[in-house]
Amino acid sequence: MNIISARNLALWYGDNKALKEVSISIPEKSITAFIGPSGCGKSTFLKTLNRMNDLVLSVRIEGTVEYAGKNIFDPSVDVNELRREVGMVFQKPNPFPMSIYDNIAYGPRTHGITNKARLDEIVEKSLRDAAIWEEVKDRLKKNALGLSGGQQQRLCIARALAVEPKVLLMDEPTSALDPISTSRIEELAEELKEKYTIVMVTHNMQQAVRISDYTAFFLLGELVEFGETEKLFSQPMDKRTEDYITGRFG
Amino acid sequence: MANKATAFLIGWRIEMKKTKIIENIIHGIFLILGLITVASVLLITIYLVIAGIPAIREIGFFKFLFGKNWASTAAEPVFGILPFILTSVYGTAGAIVLGVPIGFFTAVYLSKIATGKMRETMEAAVSLLAGIPSVVYGLVGMLVLVPGIRKIFHVPDGASLLAAIIILAIMILPSIIKVSITALDAVPKEYEEASLALGATPIETYFRVSVPAAKSGIAAAVVLGVGRAIGEAMAVMMVSGNVPNMPSLFQSVRFLTTAVASEMAYSSGLQQQALFSIALVLFFFIMLINVTLNFFMKKEGKEA
Repeated sequence: MNIISARNLALWYGDNKALKEVSISIPEKSITAFIGPSGCGKSTFLKTLNRMNDLVLSVRIEGTVEYAGKNIFDPSVDVNELRREVGMVFQKPNPFPMSIYDNIAYGPRTHGITNKARLDEIVEKSLRDAAIWEEVKDRLKKNALGLSGGQQQRLCIARALAVEPKVLLMDEPTSALDPISTSRIEELAEELKEKYTIVMVTHNMQQAVRISDYTAFFLLGELVEFGETEKLFSQPMDKRTEDYITGRFG
Repeated sequence: MANKATAFLIGWRIEMKKTKIIENIIHGIFLILGLITVASVLLITIYLVIAGIPAIREIGFFKFLFGKNWASTAAEPVFGILPFILTSVYGTAGAIVLGVPIGFFTAVYLSKIATGKMRETMEAAVSLLAGIPSVVYGLVGMLVLVPGIRKIFHVPDGASLLAAIIILAIMILPSIIKVSITALDAVPKEYEEASLALGATPIETYFRVSVPAAKSGIAAAVVLGVGRAIGEAMAVMMVSGNVPNMPSLFQSVRFLTTAVASEMAYSSGLQQQALFSIALVLFFFIMLINVTLNFFMKKEGKEA
């Protein structure tokens, strides 16, 4: 089952064409990795999937992205509801400057949950799912900015989980973290794919090999190759993919 | 060859020494220039205390501060400044109640919602508002506000506390707006992105993430507005009627600042000393505001 399908998706920043007719279908409850050199459009494409690119003033998009059977650019789509279902974790951990509890409760409160017991339950469940509950359960009222970088990133994942998304978009979630924190996030991603669809941009090809089920290789705004990770890395179809994964450029 | 090198070294050393001396002299000049400010503050403080204390002693601390009557030129002069203190406090509070919501929402709009030309134009207008001399505010107040209040509320005289409050509210807008904008602009984009990515609307994001993250700066903006309002003399003198009544919204009143300004020219003896004491009380309020402001600024610095 595919959960997200892009068809001939093209995107311009002003006059600069950043994505060239990308078509891809992302299978649900799996990890899909986007790889490619800097500026290849992989992050841009990721941000298109929950319409975070709308925030850029000069952006223009053509083509369609179907999520749950509906084109997300259709005027009838509620972009806030889309973003609730297609959550996002950013490159730099960005917890709000408030308590750990309030960070997690932010999303549910925004969507109208005010019952204290219900919020407590969501906070605990989200933190458990993000494998950080044991570390923070005694200091939920403390400011989240006091956590380490790796803990902050898992907190951000917990925060994203708290609104019960179907898809989690992760934009190089470990690039600002040390190796130990990185491996914890990777383990977490592998656990989370039982329940969620994960799409992860990564700079690190080993990371893609380690945790992803499917890999998409982007180059100069073009989706060069997409397939099962194992296959893409062992028998790439395209010469450019082969050059990239064998380290000839990028 | 060796001689040449030695000569060069000696020359270089002399050059270095010269540079160092010049550096020190310039440092000294800067220090003296900097001390001028400090000395001014110190001198004003000391002078105000010396000049302000005698009248308070003579009149009596409580009689002076809490006396409800001010009749400085009567045959039996009475010096009670409670009307001035309360007028200044009420006037400032009123200006804050009226001005802060307007200024705050304007700042949120300009920092987060308005783009391009709109923001440019409105910010230019705010800057212009800050640059208008207070006597002009007073003049416009006299010509528009005072008659307006008289007609709308059917009171005998429009020159009142209400007129002063409205003028002050407008006068404090620029400080509130500009400082709040600075604080709101400094909120990291990442916070707002995180909120939007959770499905919050832009407005929810501004009020539940951006504003709380900028709260110290916004508080500083409000305190700055308080300082501006309590220290203003000219404009309020022109629209408030300048009569030492206990404050009431539609009555002519006199502020701490205007009490000093309006009598100083012809005062003498105890009356003049009492005016110095009023200045001292005003100075005390300003100090209090400054301490509060510093507190918020430091907090803002720590949070950033």
